[in-house]
Amino acid sequence: MQLAVNIVVLSAIYALIACGYVLIYRVSRVLNLAHGELMMLGAYLLLATAASFAGNPVAAIAAAVVLSLAVGILVYVFLMRKMTGEMVLAAVLTTVALGTLLRGLMVLIWSAQQQYPGQALGFANPAIALPGGGRISTFAAILVVTTALVYGGLFVFLRFGRWGVRMRAAGQNPLLAAQRGINLHAVYALAWGLSTLTGSMAGMLIALDSGLTSSMTVIGLKAFPAALVGGLDSLVGALVGALIIGAAEVLSIQYIDPLLSDVVPFLVLIAMLIVRPWGLFGTREELDRV
Amino acid sequence: MSRGMPRASGYFRTDYAQDLALTQTRLERASLLAFAVMLAAFPFLATAFYLDLACQVFLAAIGALSLMLLTGYAGQISLGHAGLLAAGAFTAGILFREFNAPFWVTLPAAAAVGALLGIVFGLPSLRLRGLYLAVSTLALHFVVVYLGGEYESKRGYSTGIMIDAPTIGGYAITNGRVWYFVLLVAAAATLLICINLLRSRTGRAWRAIRAHETVAEALGINIAAYKLLAFVISSAMAAVAGALFAYYRHFVSVEAFSLFLSIQYVAMIIVGGMGSLLGALLGAVFVTLFPYLIEAALQQLPNAQSYAGVLFAVNYAAFGVVMILFLLFEPLGLVGIWHRVQHYFLLWPFKHRPVAGAGK
Repeated sequence: MQLAVNIVVLSAIYALIACGYVLIYRVSRVLNLAHGELMMLGAYLLLATAASFAGNPVAAIAAAVVLSLAVGILVYVFLMRKMTGEMVLAAVLTTVALGTLLRGLMVLIWSAQQQYPGQALGFANPAIALPGGGRISTFAAILVVTTALVYGGLFVFLRFGRWGVRMRAAGQNPLLAAQRGINLHAVYALAWGLSTLTGSMAGMLIALDSGLTSSMTVIGLKAFPAALVGGLDSLVGALVGALIIGAAEVLSIQYIDPLLSDVVPFLVLIAMLIVRPWGLFGTREELDRV
Repeated sequence: MSRGMPRASGYFRTDYAQDLALTQTRLERASLLAFAVMLAAFPFLATAFYLDLACQVFLAAIGALSLMLLTGYAGQISLGHAGLLAAGAFTAGILFREFNAPFWVTLPAAAAVGALLGIVFGLPSLRLRGLYLAVSTLALHFVVVYLGGEYESKRGYSTGIMIDAPTIGGYAITNGRVWYFVLLVAAAATLLICINLLRSRTGRAWRAIRAHETVAEALGINIAAYKLLAFVISSAMAAVAGALFAYYRHFVSVEAFSLFLSIQYVAMIIVGGMGSLLGALLGAVFVTLFPYLIEAALQQLPNAQSYAGVLFAVNYAAFGVVMILFLLFEPLGLVGIWHRVQHYFLLWPFKHRPVAGAGK
């Protein structure tokens, strides 16, 4: 039972992070390798707002969420906008550079020590006993619920929302989308904003649950195989991929070797790339586009 | 044959010997000789600190050249270069620890392991392109580093593997000056191999693949074979660089081969300039010296001591900024700047090349 709970929690973490990769890739064909760093930045933003909104945790969280949305849009406007139309590789390397820059800046501003935004906000994190004998910490439970809500929201938004339809159109064929009067830069900026927002929510919840260190970027990177296993341009795929990666990781830690935890996602990734590179739910012609 | 020719004013080669020569003009030969003399004199003038810097530059140059062959010429992106360096270093370390093997066994062994890994790294490239290939090499990096870490922890070398200095006929290479010349020769040999590979059939095939795979295949180039060859050669070179690194440092540890190292090597070929061996060398110099420049710059600031703890963070941030600046404003890299400066002087006092056919 505890094993199942662990799998669900880890999968929820990966799923919440992976949808950020999928959003940006689906709309602009850019792989954002700075996603882990942006996610950590979101967590640190919560730490910063917790200090300035002392005694009002809801306001602090709301402020951090809004700030992270702004960060994503700013990243697009000031950096990635210049890379539209460039080689895909150049854009990816730009995100790598951005990640390096952010990592340095975050250590400079907030130091490399472990921080506890949960304490700063005055939250306790009691474990909840589940029927069947498993236990789950409060914030892990909130994280699972948040993931479900985010995915539900994204499905509705992309299916029925005006901007969601625009995002899908831009992803399918940028040229025709632009012809129809869709503002591509606005759509891309929105994708970056939403991606950073969801990533930051994951970062904040992980930080509230288990503290905040500079190793958080590793989690961000490990969520990437989840996105790719499911298919880089499919949200359903990200969900399924996260479940596969989460289960593989938890089971191998439990039954084989705890040291494996950092490699298992990548082993699954390699296997997937050999067997079915476009992922479980991805579109096949994606491979020829990059 | 040694007829002096003015630089860059035309194509004067009239026989194969001239075409095969590495230098074309007297000025080129003279400047090459002057550069060689400078390199040879350097260790007798420099302090131990600068000697160490030069050795690091040579090691980085070998790695950067090998990555340039793969990415800059064959067009196959790799984000797992540090994994290959780690493989070479660990091959040397493990063979030395387990079998007490001398360096003339471990270096070829490292090359062989590198070549083998090159096939493994390269296999996805037969099906995948661009982004997906980069991702598969990234994944393999983690696997290699994990295996190295596993060996360290299982054999009880949790802090790293110590390696003795290599010995030739009873003489151990420990002196910094000797190391300088060993690494200089290694880097020069790598450069020569790269130059000759690139102007041979292999190099032309790689460039064709990079330019357009389908057309290259239509021209009769065996795409799969040449892609794998690029991975094999580049990985073998990188592994040798890793093994040399292990001997130079007397020490192997997985900590040295983080993802950041891979990023640094990619940065070398971007900052240097894609598709140019000179670019790989310039990039290696720049990226290796950059942290020291940052440190020196921080020393100039008031109360320098207070920055000592955050030095690595400043490095990361500055490194990211430099990479972004090059990607945005100078995609051709340092080589692009160098060529522009050259053109400026070649065309002086004019500013622009004449438009073709404008004089008629």
